[in-house]
Amino acid sequence: MAASKAKSWTPSVGVPEDWGTVKLMSLATPRFALRLLLTVLTVLFLLIFVSYLVRMGVYDWRPLSEPLLLWGNTAFLVFSSAGMQAAKIGASAGDRNKVKIALAVGGGFAISFLLGQLWVWRELNMQGYYLSTNPANSFFYLITTVHGLHLLGGLVAWARNMRRLHNHGNIEFEQLSMSVELCALYWHFLLIVWLILFGLMLST
Amino acid sequence: MTEAAYQENLPLHEPHSWWTRYVFSQDHKVIAIQYTLTAVAVGMVALVMSWLMRLQIGFPGTFSFIDPSTYYQLVTMHGMIMVIYLLTAIFLGGFGNFLIPLMVGARDMVFPFVNMLSYWAYLLSVLVLLSSLFVPGGPTGAGWTLYPPQAILPGTPGSGAGIVLMLISLALFIVAATMGGLNYVTTVIQARTRGLTMMRLPLSVWGIFMATILALLAFPALFVGAIMMLFDRLLGASFFMPAIVSMGQHLDHQGGSPVLFQHIFWFFGHPEVYIVALPAFGIVSDIISTHARKNIFGYRIMVWAIVIIGVLSFIVWAHHMYVSGMNPYFGFFFAITTLIIAVPTAIKVYNWVLTLWHGNIRLTVPMLFSIAFVSSFTIGGLTGLFLGNVVIDLPLSDTYFVVAHFHMVMGVSPILVVFGGIYHWYPKLTGKMLNDVWGQWHFWLTFIGTYLIYFPMHYLGFVGMPRRYHAYDGYEFIPESAQDLNVFITVSALMVGAAQFIFLYNMYWSYRNGKESGGNPWKATSLEWQTPDTPPIHGNWGPKLPVVYRWPYDYSVPGTKDDFIPQNHPPSAEEPDTPTA
Repeated sequence: MAASKAKSWTPSVGVPEDWGTVKLMSLATPRFALRLLLTVLTVLFLLIFVSYLVRMGVYDWRPLSEPLLLWGNTAFLVFSSAGMQAAKIGASAGDRNKVKIALAVGGGFAISFLLGQLWVWRELNMQGYYLSTNPANSFFYLITTVHGLHLLGGLVAWARNMRRLHNHGNIEFEQLSMSVELCALYWHFLLIVWLILFGLMLST
Repeated sequence: MTEAAYQENLPLHEPHSWWTRYVFSQDHKVIAIQYTLTAVAVGMVALVMSWLMRLQIGFPGTFSFIDPSTYYQLVTMHGMIMVIYLLTAIFLGGFGNFLIPLMVGARDMVFPFVNMLSYWAYLLSVLVLLSSLFVPGGPTGAGWTLYPPQAILPGTPGSGAGIVLMLISLALFIVAATMGGLNYVTTVIQARTRGLTMMRLPLSVWGIFMATILALLAFPALFVGAIMMLFDRLLGASFFMPAIVSMGQHLDHQGGSPVLFQHIFWFFGHPEVYIVALPAFGIVSDIISTHARKNIFGYRIMVWAIVIIGVLSFIVWAHHMYVSGMNPYFGFFFAITTLIIAVPTAIKVYNWVLTLWHGNIRLTVPMLFSIAFVSSFTIGGLTGLFLGNVVIDLPLSDTYFVVAHFHMVMGVSPILVVFGGIYHWYPKLTGKMLNDVWGQWHFWLTFIGTYLIYFPMHYLGFVGMPRRYHAYDGYEFIPESAQDLNVFITVSALMVGAAQFIFLYNMYWSYRNGKESGGNPWKATSLEWQTPDTPPIHGNWGPKLPVVYRWPYDYSVPGTKDDFIPQNHPPSAEEPDTPTA
């Protein structure tokens, strides 16, 4: 706000001495870009959330059964986030081994989550809860698809980090640790999205 | 380290092979050209579609293959291509990519690889869209608004493969736009060079920057709507499909809400028109101040107006839905917000006029296009105020009044800015000037011609001529004179269409034979004109990034030798203190 009051035409035509005061934010660029992306994804999931709320009120809504595996998957996602967080802590401490293990754990649990979601789909189908039967079903499949695809995208970044960590003897640790930190943030975001949407589906 | 300092010291990776130089380039300037050429090419397809439509309306039955279905397919594809694949792509992907790094003094966008990906995703989306022309059933004829339930039901052309390809193409475009958008916003925020505060940015950057933020926040709505409609169409879901009988058959859908789609679509759709308008606003400000040798009047409020228009654009969407059957009190609310958004827009118009007032105006071709923009956008905006009021929208909705309105504000005005911008920045891109005589012909034919097309069209709307009809004979409520007017409009449209070939040929001819322009033919102040090489080489600035000392509007500063002071010109002893504007 203060910057917007600047009278850019008045005679203070000097240059600020240090680079730092020029920038609007002191965040490093990749971190800023990820937060921007997360804002976009928030809008996306919020719209689905709102559509769900609107549709929920209509008379023909029949809630789905909740396979126990959904809770298991939620646990997988929590452990996955925990693994990513541990990797982030290890990276900022410079501990390569810790990063290796934590990253593998984080990714492993994320993959388990995704496979578990596919299994839940299969179970629901076997119980007769098809996508087209009922709006609650349709929303469940929509939500799990969009969320799952975004987690898959995150796994692409994760895979790049795994490759960097294991193939290169003397990797640029700073760049890797930035990427690991960003993965952790992204993972926590998707966890929160899942908890909110899962909670929403449970509450109906 | 700041991003700029970091970038300045990075070794430059010059592309080595022909492929990485001209095709799979990560250089923002090449990507900008790729976006622009692709957008113009697909825009030409949509332009030809408009000729076919006008021939059908003006001279019904000219082409026996234009039956109602084909007509609706032309309406749909013309609209979708022009709004999304031409205007959005050219302002954000074309102008945004070219101007932002140069105007902020950066070497390139902050994520060049993602930038390149965004172009190829855009190209893929265009190819998917065009492929719908060739599938059984043809492209969708649901109107660019794609309203369900009709969009996915038989009876609407393209309800088979056509609509599916359209929705997939839109989803791909949104992915491309998101990747590009992340780049543009992050580059403006993070990669500005030394001395370049946000309030020293040219308004072109502000316009594109705000439009990109709108795009990032609004496109998810279209994405959600498209995915839900795909689920309805392909997987039998009922997000938007009510219980319905189609072609005598009771369908399996039930309980869905078509109005939900309209809300979702227009939540995207209204910001979309500002995504097209805001870059145009910014570019016009810069062209007018450069070619009138005068600082933009009221720079700060121009910035605030851009921001406020952007914010307000998210709370006016249901003015597209007054006749949808939604709660009338919603109409009351949205009419108010629609009237409010006219205020910052009007302020911008006043400031453009006040910039011209007592300016040292050079009626160059870019300047002519910019002044024409102010004229056509004002008129188009005024008719928008009519339509923004619920009561008067009721009889005018779905008539040619609406068609005339949105063509003036979307089809005439931003396109004039696209032309003006290309005439203005072509010398920077190529080192050559576009031919001035042909430019004048192009301008006058286009400007007068588009008025001849759209001004009378408002009257057609008044007499009640509905839109999206493939022919108008045999309706008692439409007078004979309306048909004469249709012929007039058609002839004008074909003439304007022909005039565009002058422009296309000019772009090609001047590239080879145009007058050498030098680095700064317009004697402009903003950074992009201060590059050491023209066209700018890879990395734009040579070994050292520019340093900025002033805003980009130091034109005709009293007491100075030249009538402009570039942004990177340091303060010197001979320059008196600039008095407050």
